[in-house]
Amino acid sequence: MPTVKIPPVLRSSTGGEKEVVAEGESVREVLRALAQQHPATEPQLFGDEGELNRYVNVYLNDEDVRVLDGLDTEVQAGDTLVILPAMAGGR
Amino acid sequence: MATGADLIRKIKEQIKEVDPREVHEHLHDNGNASNGGAPVIVDVREQHEFEESHLPGAIHVPRGHLESRIEGKVGDKASPVVLYCASGQRSALAADTLQSLLGYEDVASMTGGITLWKDRGYEVETPVSLTPEQKSRYSRHLLLPEVGLEGQLKLLNAKVLLLGAGGLGSPTALYLAAAGVGTLGIVDDDVVDVSNLQRQVIHSEDTLGEPKVDSAEQAIKKLNPDVNVVKYATRLDASNVMEIIEGYDVIVDGVDNFPTRYLLNDATVRLKIPVVSASILGFDGQLSVFAPYEGPCYRCLYPTPPPAELAPSCGANGVLGVLPGTMGLLQATEVVKLVTEAGDPLIGRLLLYDALAAEFNELKVRRDPDCPICSRDPDSIADDEMGVFPDYEAFCAAAG
Repeated sequence: MPTVKIPPVLRSSTGGEKEVVAEGESVREVLRALAQQHPATEPQLFGDEGELNRYVNVYLNDEDVRVLDGLDTEVQAGDTLVILPAMAGGR
Repeated sequence: MATGADLIRKIKEQIKEVDPREVHEHLHDNGNASNGGAPVIVDVREQHEFEESHLPGAIHVPRGHLESRIEGKVGDKASPVVLYCASGQRSALAADTLQSLLGYEDVASMTGGITLWKDRGYEVETPVSLTPEQKSRYSRHLLLPEVGLEGQLKLLNAKVLLLGAGGLGSPTALYLAAAGVGTLGIVDDDVVDVSNLQRQVIHSEDTLGEPKVDSAEQAIKKLNPDVNVVKYATRLDASNVMEIIEGYDVIVDGVDNFPTRYLLNDATVRLKIPVVSASILGFDGQLSVFAPYEGPCYRCLYPTPPPAELAPSCGANGVLGVLPGTMGLLQATEVVKLVTEAGDPLIGRLLLYDALAAEFNELKVRRDPDCPICSRDPDSIADDEMGVFPDYEAFCAAAG
């Protein structure tokens, strides 16, 4: 099953888990499965229309899914999804 | 057993030697067919000898690196090559190597070397050079072919602006100063607090309560008096950003909030200044280089900032003290690479560092063909558009 890497800001929503294994054959299915396991992640990932929030970047392995097929991008069992939020800390 | 002098004599019998006069004629008779084309002139002396002065247009391959480097510099083994050194001995040995071991077909050694050349009154090139103190200070850079004298001179002429003399800015400023970056601008309106000292290593007990720009300047001057420090004890905002950043070669972004990052992005795209950007939180760091119109910009990566509750930079958050050190030094490394044009800069790539896992990962960052800023002509970006993003006012109100 694909693995989802959880960024620090979302770890409070996954009970501290840094990686979550979630089933699915597309980016949408995998992220939905993640949201099902950890409901607190849902409003942070998805907007009201069910689309990915604009401030959340998702990478299939090392490629931005926006340049692939977005949420419909196919996911294989050995793939890793990386959820990347913008960070601005510098001090 | 033959002596060294015997060996050189014997080798000189097997190679072709040319008089400096002939080489001089070639220099002033470029491409004349009757001469069989101008030879490539190769200086085989040591680095410091070459730097002092050399024949005009000569390329430099020290004899110790001859076998490994000559083919990179003179690819065509049929092209005529003239080698010289100080007096004509090292170049004779080098000519023998090129001819009998590497198969160069038309090799000659210049008799009397650069010494005789100068005695004849022929011209030499004296590169802009370093003072003896600088040669010693930067000697470990000078030994690196990727930096060398040329790279060090670029560093000494470079103007780098640091946004913030905090966690990221502290190590970056110290190492860039040590590396001999000629001008370091520092923008920071804060004063040194004891809670900074866990990570902001440019400051110290002695400068508590002082403006960070002053504290940083003192530390930099103690480390390297070559560096000219330009202080901006202010916050970067829409009214001053263009004025402050104009004229800098590279900008090091370590600011702690999204509105300023967007503002900086838009201004640097307008002025086409590359930004080495890093951010840190807890045990995690991110790093990338945004080179306007060459790679993606900050907005291509993050079209819109997260809402305040997911943007922990707005509040006081924990950070491992060494983490900004790690990320700041990766920034400094990218700055040195950009200035010296060495290696592959982190353009179009985002480096992620997870200190707890001791893991580095890399993601691809693409230019967004619909980017609200860098898909446009830089001159079309208006002042009042800079730093603005969807829901900007709500964002800032929520962030306080």
